[in-house]
Amino acid sequence: MRRAAALVLLAVLATGLACALSAIPFGRDKIDVANHYIREGVEETGAANLVTSVVVNYRGLDTLGEVTVLFVGALGVGVMVYGRPAHGGGNREKASLIVTTGSRVLFPLILLFGIYVFLHGHLTPGGGFQGGAVIASAFLLLYLARPGRTLSRAKLGTAEAAGGLVFVLVGVLGLFATGYFLQDFLPKGRPGVLLSGGVIPLIYVAIGVKVGSELARIIGDLIETE
Amino acid sequence: MTLLEAILIAIMMAAAVAASVFKDLISAVIACAAVSLIASILFYLLDAPDVAMAEAAIGAGLTTAIFVLAVRKTERYER
Repeated sequence: MRRAAALVLLAVLATGLACALSAIPFGRDKIDVANHYIREGVEETGAANLVTSVVVNYRGLDTLGEVTVLFVGALGVGVMVYGRPAHGGGNREKASLIVTTGSRVLFPLILLFGIYVFLHGHLTPGGGFQGGAVIASAFLLLYLARPGRTLSRAKLGTAEAAGGLVFVLVGVLGLFATGYFLQDFLPKGRPGVLLSGGVIPLIYVAIGVKVGSELARIIGDLIETE
Repeated sequence: MTLLEAILIAIMMAAAVAASVFKDLISAVIACAAVSLIASILFYLLDAPDVAMAEAAIGAGLTTAIFVLAVRKTERYER
């Protein structure tokens, strides 16, 4: 009986979703805002990657909120494991030779790639969130390859706080310089070169450091405690 | 929709069903990772490389690790 009711509910839900989605004209020009971003985006923000210009410049406040949500998530994990005894990190079994040797080669490369992704967020696909996630996965590899080793989670916390502070500070500087919070106040530069896009590279470096240390700390919290 | 996209979507749906059917939670987590990985390939094929990178790094990489750690802290088999 319950199963039948669930199936009926699912069918209703699927029809509703199908009706709603089929009415959306995907791929056709519809919204003026979207057209404005596509036509004027590069000119107005100086960022060659349109996605980044929307995420960091036009919708910078939303991104600040997103970063805050991630912070609250990390805080939740931190509170959950707080006070639990640390058992000295990682798996108790030794990692295989392939993993330990591979991690020695791959760890610096993954770290470098993560930094590249967030440093070039305004030029190529990617940005602070993607770069940060790549950096955190490098730390995950380190945990897998060296059981028993611990990272300084306090230092990760400091890096995370610094990233968040730089983001807000750039926003406040914009408030003083132009009258609007998170408004771009630096010269735009020539689109396509590394030093362009005004405050976008600054904010993306801050987000990259923050997200990277935050996710690494979540993993560290889960691995290093009982 | 190309043939490649159709095949990927079929595998993705199979993995999604498998994730909810498996009683071994580690297997279910791996099936979830497969869903994320294929989603990221599809995002790339649909010309959304930014989303594809986020999906691959977070969905297929870190979330899987966090789920595996959570399973290790609780129970491996669904009752």
